[in-house]
Amino acid sequence: MPPVVIEARDLHKRYRLGVIGREALVGDAKAAWQSMRGRGGKPVPPDPSRGEQRDGNWFWSLRGVSFDVRQGDVLGVLGRNGAGKSTLLKLLSRISVPTMGTIKMRGRVSSLLEVGTGFHPELTGRENIYLNGAILGMRKAEIDRKLDEIIAFSGIEHHLDSPIKRYSSGMKVRLGFSVAAHLEPEILIVDEVLAVGDAEFQKKCLGSMRQVADGGRTILFVSHNMVSVQSLCTRAIWMENGLVRREGETDDLVRDYLDTYAHKHSEQRWPEGEGPGTDDVRLLSVRAVSSDPGGAFITDQSVRVEIEVDNRSIGDEDLDVRLQVRTGNDAIAFCSDLSTALPATLWNMGRSKVSCTIPPNLLNSNTYRFHVVFFRRGHLLFRAEDVLSFDVQEAARPGSNFRKVPGAVRPALQWQR
Amino acid sequence: MTRDEAVAAEGPWDVIVQDERSWWRLGLGEVWRYRDLLMLMVRRDLLAVYKQTVLGPAWQVVQPLLTSIMFAVVFGIMARMSLPNIPPLLFYMSAVVPWGLFSGVVTRISQTLVWNSALMTKVYFPRLVPPLATLLSTGFSFLVQLAAFFLFAIGYAVTDRFTWGIGVEALAIPALLLLLLALAFGIGLLVAALSVRYRDLGFLIGFALQLLMYMSPVIFPLSRVEEGTGLRALLEANPVTPIIEGFRAALFGLPMEWATLIYSAAVAAVALGSGLLLFQRVQRYFADVI
Repeated sequence: MPPVVIEARDLHKRYRLGVIGREALVGDAKAAWQSMRGRGGKPVPPDPSRGEQRDGNWFWSLRGVSFDVRQGDVLGVLGRNGAGKSTLLKLLSRISVPTMGTIKMRGRVSSLLEVGTGFHPELTGRENIYLNGAILGMRKAEIDRKLDEIIAFSGIEHHLDSPIKRYSSGMKVRLGFSVAAHLEPEILIVDEVLAVGDAEFQKKCLGSMRQVADGGRTILFVSHNMVSVQSLCTRAIWMENGLVRREGETDDLVRDYLDTYAHKHSEQRWPEGEGPGTDDVRLLSVRAVSSDPGGAFITDQSVRVEIEVDNRSIGDEDLDVRLQVRTGNDAIAFCSDLSTALPATLWNMGRSKVSCTIPPNLLNSNTYRFHVVFFRRGHLLFRAEDVLSFDVQEAARPGSNFRKVPGAVRPALQWQR
Repeated sequence: MTRDEAVAAEGPWDVIVQDERSWWRLGLGEVWRYRDLLMLMVRRDLLAVYKQTVLGPAWQVVQPLLTSIMFAVVFGIMARMSLPNIPPLLFYMSAVVPWGLFSGVVTRISQTLVWNSALMTKVYFPRLVPPLATLLSTGFSFLVQLAAFFLFAIGYAVTDRFTWGIGVEALAIPALLLLLLALAFGIGLLVAALSVRYRDLGFLIGFALQLLMYMSPVIFPLSRVEEGTGLRALLEANPVTPIIEGFRAALFGLPMEWATLIYSAAVAAVALGSGLLLFQRVQRYFADVI
């Protein structure tokens, strides 16, 4: 078996809740006094078997996480928001230290939580390659050696001597990524935020990570995007409430993960003031109804989607709602923005209900999950995830062989001779 | 194979992440490993500030020169506070330049964690690197300014407007510089460490430095203040006072007061020691608090 290159043991991490102000000053003084008298002692974590992460003014984001990563592993870290993924990432990247427990690593470690960290807008592209490379832990001689490659990879030779404040955001990302791609670490720790940006860039990121993995290096990939985890990772750990819930082969784990979190439901209703949302606007109910008399979702039937919203204080022109339809493995199948379809006067104060129909022969025989995303003047307000989730069955058509057709959607196209 | 044998076979761990509870770990070896980053940050500090300016790096000299001219006119010529046998411009430059180093280092280092927070919450590097870079870049500016002082002094001396009495005391300049850097670095780190949690200090430091300048012989020579008065005691309590006086002594060949410099050195040692320790202790939790 290849050697263990990351050994995490009993990691705990606590954060202080609330704002730092005068009370904190008093608390700090007391703690300092106690520690000087040798009484401070170690913080005592809450018992993990009792599910409680809050402990007075502290929040235990990690409560005893242990795992091993062997050389050449590509380990995915799964988990929902708040499961402790980001905290774990910060500890592995050495941005913060664990309250208790240790991480030991072998070899050169690079962590990428952001592309182009430390770029200075006034410096030129070339100067920033050096600065960014050094921040990521490269020696100057190493950057000198790879400079031509980095420049070629970025494809922005002509702008190399202008200050990067004149760059487009795309150019900055390309420059940052080409520096990162030449790090050659033995252990690479990557955040999923790296995978934002345009599709082409995502592909380049994932492709380059795969190259790293094929080179026998170790990757730790933190994400809640199942598609990229499945395509990249050999093993995965699944985190929940600051603990490792399961560890194993990626495919098994992803299947269980989706089964657990994607409960099938074609209707949800919340009591007033308790639905997903903010104080300004909340969901009251969401529902998907099939045109099939039996109520089953079938590829050749239409689906009517109803969304009921309680708008307390957002002016009608400021609010926009997006329906996001995802497949079971979290790829976006399509989105629909309500503002482009309906006049803005739609969102009166108080309750209003909107609906649409997904035509027959558009959905494939997949699991679909619906997110409803609210925007206020183009800024994300909140995201209600997995408000609906259901399976669509294959229609029994004459001549069809019932074999599954791949694809996030399967529109019926009119073919002609 | 036992666990220990396995570890032995695979070699030692390169990185160990854990809560370091000892007080004295400074991690200077780690800083040395990142020396290239240190030099690049010094370069960044020196270059980036003056981009898109006409005078460029010349501002490093123009800035203290303008202050000195202002002081020379207001306090030297109008209020006649400077020494009679030294041109007011040179008299003020000799103090404005070292004072600028002190206040520049303290202000910039005390803000270093907050300014670099975007960086520090995204990537690891020894947290002492940015303050050290500030120290070196400000120190470099000081040397340029000192060179400018010498040019002006030579100019005055050659044109016979002033008899320049510079002598062996000038050899003390490197020691005075180190002393001033140590004091400023220590105070800067202390404030930086404390202001991570309490930003109030960031506001206070500007006023404190202004107060400290008036409590130092930048504007008038210490000899102008009668001994035994409360004002004199206040001036002498300021650890920067002996250093400023020391620079004047070194640059104009005046008698050097060694005894008072020992007081400065003691304060600098305490500030530097406690600054380094507190900073190293705070930086571990920095990313959680900022």
